[in-house]
Amino acid sequence: MAESTTLRLNGSVVSVTSTPDTPLLYVLTDELQLQGPRFGCGLAQCGACSVLVDGRELRSCVTPLAAIGAGAVTTLEGLPALLAERRQLAQVPEFTPLQQALIAVQAIQCGYCSNGMQIKATELLMQNPAPTEAVIRSALDGHLCRCGTYPKILEAIQRAAQAPGGAV
Amino acid sequence: MTRVTLTRRQLLQAGGTLVVSFPFLAQAQSREAQAGPPPADQIDSWIAIHADNTATVFIGFAELGQGCSTALLQVAAEELDLGMDQVRSVGLDTHVTPNQGGTYSSQAMRRGGPQVQRAAAEARQALLALAAERLQLPVSRLRVENGVVSGSGDDNAFVTYGELIGDRRFELAFSGTAPVKSPASYKLVGRPLPRHDIPPKVKGSYGFMHHQRLPGMLHGRIVRPRGQGAYKDGVQIRSVDASSIAGMPGVRVLRQGNFLGVVAPREWDAVQAAARLRVEWQQPASLPGNDALFARMEQSPPDDRIAREQGDLAALAGARVVSEFTGQGPYQAHAPFAPNCALADVRADSALVLCSTQDVYGTRGKLAALLGLPVPAVRVQYFEGAGTFGHSCWDDAAQAAALLSQLASAPVRVQFMRWDELGWDTYGPAHLGKVRVSADADGKLLTYEYEGWQHHWALVETTEQSAKGTPAAEWPAMAAQQINPLVLGGQYRIPHLKLLNHHVPGVDYLKGAWLRSPLDLSLAFVSEQAIDDLAFQLGLDPWQFRQRNILDERWAGVLDAAARAAGWQPRPAQSVAGAGPLRRGRGIGLGTHLASWGGAVAEVEVDMGTGRVRVLHLVGAIDAGRVVNPSNVEHQIIGQLVQTASRLLHEEVLFDTQQVTSTDWASYPILRFADAPRVTPVIVQRLEEPSLGAGEEVMAAAAAAIANAFFDATGKRMSAYPFTPARVLATLGRV
Repeated sequence: MAESTTLRLNGSVVSVTSTPDTPLLYVLTDELQLQGPRFGCGLAQCGACSVLVDGRELRSCVTPLAAIGAGAVTTLEGLPALLAERRQLAQVPEFTPLQQALIAVQAIQCGYCSNGMQIKATELLMQNPAPTEAVIRSALDGHLCRCGTYPKILEAIQRAAQAPGGAV
Repeated sequence: MTRVTLTRRQLLQAGGTLVVSFPFLAQAQSREAQAGPPPADQIDSWIAIHADNTATVFIGFAELGQGCSTALLQVAAEELDLGMDQVRSVGLDTHVTPNQGGTYSSQAMRRGGPQVQRAAAEARQALLALAAERLQLPVSRLRVENGVVSGSGDDNAFVTYGELIGDRRFELAFSGTAPVKSPASYKLVGRPLPRHDIPPKVKGSYGFMHHQRLPGMLHGRIVRPRGQGAYKDGVQIRSVDASSIAGMPGVRVLRQGNFLGVVAPREWDAVQAAARLRVEWQQPASLPGNDALFARMEQSPPDDRIAREQGDLAALAGARVVSEFTGQGPYQAHAPFAPNCALADVRADSALVLCSTQDVYGTRGKLAALLGLPVPAVRVQYFEGAGTFGHSCWDDAAQAAALLSQLASAPVRVQFMRWDELGWDTYGPAHLGKVRVSADADGKLLTYEYEGWQHHWALVETTEQSAKGTPAAEWPAMAAQQINPLVLGGQYRIPHLKLLNHHVPGVDYLKGAWLRSPLDLSLAFVSEQAIDDLAFQLGLDPWQFRQRNILDERWAGVLDAAARAAGWQPRPAQSVAGAGPLRRGRGIGLGTHLASWGGAVAEVEVDMGTGRVRVLHLVGAIDAGRVVNPSNVEHQIIGQLVQTASRLLHEEVLFDTQQVTSTDWASYPILRFADAPRVTPVIVQRLEEPSLGAGEEVMAAAAAAIANAFFDATGKRMSAYPFTPARVLATLGRV
């Protein structure tokens, strides 16, 4: 019988049976069937697998489950709830302001990189609600997009930052 | 969203409720459905009208993030007089969707659009005939809005499509003769409607290939050297030491011939087992390596074909200026942001394979041969992966999953690792080009000669080659890649021209395949720099020189649109003296792929001290005839411009004499966020003209514009890309 580990995830506490050396990514995708974090390189080079742990972006493909400890993990699926918690909203919105902006400017092509882009942009906007273009470009530089949507993602982040009440 | 696999009949009965989330239904349903393709000459194969007055349109093209699934629905809804919220499509499936051929060469709107349009028009015609009978009115007095047919002038007489035929079959031959709407009456076509796949992609609820699961599924990984050798050498195993992974829970090593893989119930165990399994490989030193590549290509035994010839090149004697230029384009990888993934359940008499193929029917045939099954026994379903931009490893991944499933007697999901995808890609082939062009004293192009060397595309996937010993083989000569006359002087009026194609034997090199705008970036890089040089020698502005020689109004349209959007002020290249370490320049270029017209302007900055080049701004103009969804095409232009900057500045597959060494994002870098250029997409909309391709037709022009901008900035011409600092410094004479 595999031992279980508890994980703080998207506002809940869940119990998982993956071994402690298992990268968090496989725990989230295989055991918990989440679709936000996803495999891209397994080398922490691309950002497809990114999650927030206590508000900081982390590459789940190279981080063992054991290293998470009591950290609060937020995945793409949990971003609207994180927003609701930060703003003390009565209801969890369907989309965050950043997601609304991504849809409004149609910033997505294949969309596979969007998880990492949103996680990183959320981290940035929580630290700096009004980043300059240069700051956004620099912050997101560790996240690749093969479709070439960088200009539209940039536009969406700038637009979200101007949302009433801020983006996050 | 998990796609539910229903038969067409079930789908009709279900009223098109395809958003039910039930991950394992695909498996349960798959054994009952009828092997496709559904007959293309029946309206029911294309359109189903449901009782709730909505329609399902069966589309044979893959959504690749380019938005074609929305645009083709626009075409169908337009002809059916339905709203966009009344139409949906289903996923590609060899048992459900018609065979419209593969989703490549930007064919979705060009070839697929008219088929969907005519099928929808014919369905509408049949519905109107039923309505005329029901309402006791002649068809000429009927009007339709959102699927409600009414008698003009009589609002009380109406009936809905759903009431007329809801969920019953048309049972009608598709004649293709129903009249289609005139562009002047379009309500949906030509409008920038939002894509339906974007909200779920943003939320994370979109079911990518990588999210698909089957019950009892094992996780598989392939085991190969990290980086391919010469295509003909394939994979050669000397020995496998299974004891190296002894004790890993549930891991099995599976092998057929030289095909090797591992499966395990848990994914992380499969990943670790594949990495740890000790294998000795035979790796012949058959490759030229990057350094000797082009010399070896040029020395290939002659296998030549004249791609185009007109006039008499002896006219060169009367030229005022001549430009000769030799250029090289590297092997480049598709490098999808996620490596390919596939999921297969192969049984004794049937197979179900989920993968990200751009051609479900083509992939099915290859799988059937590999598995030893009759073609109809193999069902292939398409699920979107990360943007692939041509023939990345989707066939290879599908074959690997299918073979591992057959060997394991269980469903197997194979996720290629980053090094599998980059190291075993079928790359966009390298190209060597030599051009000589001339112009007369009036600044008119006079002669044009081009010789190009490259190999064809790989026909046999590595899985099949390894497992069955099938020899490496290229596509047949006439189906394969040749130099493209539309890019090589085809933009201009040139009286005397000869294009010579040298085929290089591809089995001696890396595996090749079509990569977005195949070969065109290299061709335009060579050709348009020579054209630009003529303008420079004549002291003419490069835009005006091209205007003077332009072939027709379609080319002129994109040339002028790009120049005007860039605020181009005429002056010869290199006429603004640069100073200091940072030099800026601007360039212009023309090119396309197999149809449509592309023009581009680039602004670049070159650091003369470090050799670092930045693309600051790119303008791309496309004339693709009738643009159904301008928003989609704008985004396609943006993607092409950014990707072209990446390919010109950063991308090159590195290899030594034994194997490819570009196996991750450090050894195969692409353009990053901080360096993304500002982009300006421009559409030359022509509603009266047929829709053509818009997914790859401005990359050649953009590549040329970047190269010409480098010259404007530095006075030197780059003869090879990518523009790495070392290569730039060598060109500038700084090393």
